[in-house]
Amino acid sequence: MAKKLMKGCEAIAEAAIQAGCRYFFGYPITPQNDIPEYMSLRLPQVGGCFLQAESELAAINMVYGAGGAGARVMTSSSSPGISLKQEGISTIAAAEIPCVVVNMMRGGPGLGNIQASQGDYFQAVKGGGHGDYHAIVYAPASIQETVDMMQKAFDKADEYRTPVIILADGLIGQMMEPVELKEAKDLQLPEKPWAATGYTPGGKKPRSVLNSLYIETEDLDELVDRLFERYAVIEKNEKMVECYNTEGAEYILCAYGTVARICKAAIRILGEQGIKCGLVRPITLWPFPSEAVHEALAQESVKEALTVEVSAGQLVEDIRLAANGIKPVQFMGKAGSRIPSAEEIAERILEMKRG
Amino acid sequence: MVERNLFAGFGGQGVLLMGQLLAQAGMMEGKNTTWVPSYGPEMRGGTANCSVTLSDEEIDSPLVTVPTALVAMNRPSLEKFEKIVAPGGSIFVNSSIVDIKVQRTDVKAYYVPCNEIAAQLGNDKVSNMIMLGAYLGQSKCVEIETILEALLEKLGEKKAKLIPLNREALLKGAECVE
Repeated sequence: MAKKLMKGCEAIAEAAIQAGCRYFFGYPITPQNDIPEYMSLRLPQVGGCFLQAESELAAINMVYGAGGAGARVMTSSSSPGISLKQEGISTIAAAEIPCVVVNMMRGGPGLGNIQASQGDYFQAVKGGGHGDYHAIVYAPASIQETVDMMQKAFDKADEYRTPVIILADGLIGQMMEPVELKEAKDLQLPEKPWAATGYTPGGKKPRSVLNSLYIETEDLDELVDRLFERYAVIEKNEKMVECYNTEGAEYILCAYGTVARICKAAIRILGEQGIKCGLVRPITLWPFPSEAVHEALAQESVKEALTVEVSAGQLVEDIRLAANGIKPVQFMGKAGSRIPSAEEIAERILEMKRG
Repeated sequence: MVERNLFAGFGGQGVLLMGQLLAQAGMMEGKNTTWVPSYGPEMRGGTANCSVTLSDEEIDSPLVTVPTALVAMNRPSLEKFEKIVAPGGSIFVNSSIVDIKVQRTDVKAYYVPCNEIAAQLGNDKVSNMIMLGAYLGQSKCVEIETILEALLEKLGEKKAKLIPLNREALLKGAECVE
């Protein structure tokens, strides 16, 4: 397919359809409204169903239903709306139902504002809903990467029977970049024998029950053990990270999403002044690529690391855990949608160099 | 080659469209491009701007914080963004409605009476295309014909009759900076 200049939100929606998504349930909120708008136009054209629910809570429970029946389904929202969906995401994780949730992060807490932010890192990575569960969390940095990720998100959701979260900032949703969409060819969806697709008395298929209520302690233990065995496999196989210019670097920047691209611009500016700076960009936020972070920081050439994020200090905690004291990790973050410029990041590294 | 542009003006002046056409045309000519709008609770008469980057290399930050070119379609845009333009960069001023001059001496200033030329062409709506023509005449970063191809894609064949007027507007704009 030829390249097309597309807005992030629209590209995500089209990529989801190419990945076999046929059901979308959502409730409007800026800055992700272009996703439901696009879905409302396109899904009926491919025999799917778009539904604007009466609330976020209703939408996420519709996702539970469609996912439970074996369909590829997604919902999208932005920060306050994602908060409302957390009960449902915990339930979906417990019921082992695959689905994809897109969060176009905006400023928080509360209703916050509608500008790009990264304040939902903890919510996405550390749980969000109640109980012991995880969701795979992808953090794209460009529209092409987001598009490529959508296919993976649906595949991994099915493979591990887990919710997958696309954690993007509002900028990814609103900006336009050329993208190449891969046209789905003979989309073979995996078999889902567990799906609740109807029961015939006397039939061969046993009754499918999808549930998150396990009253007996032993039963709940068994579920959680099963989930965590699966999470161990995900941690082993699914980590993704980009290491840019890290080899032999004096300073390492750590950032995800659009901010990581701004860091690359800072690296360019610093390079012009003869300072070698690298970037470690986690692409999966859970599972977190701790080993890659540690390895980059452990290099003899590295003096210090700097975590940059549009939040008041969330990613930095995981970077420090990964560093485990091997090098000092500084923090540069601005909450409330104040996106640091490449020049400011470069200046901060220069300050660190001056000591 | 890397061009970091900031297009700014009132909502309704076609500022976002100007940037989109440039990004689209850049892509059609095989360049990497990004287009980032300012977005918020804005409306007609409010302020609007967009960052457009064109590059032969992979684009790192899509945000333009130090533009190589600023297009100021109204006075508040010039007042707000003049100071952030890169030394040696260009500032394009819509002199039909901006009644002040560029203060800096380390940038090139171009004054384009967009609304007056548009009025001469008989359609005030093409003032943005006149400005885009001026920008292209100076930066030469994409061909005017590619912009028109991008515009045709946006308008659709049904509105193809608008292409000659837009071509004229782009060419008139380009003449202003010769």
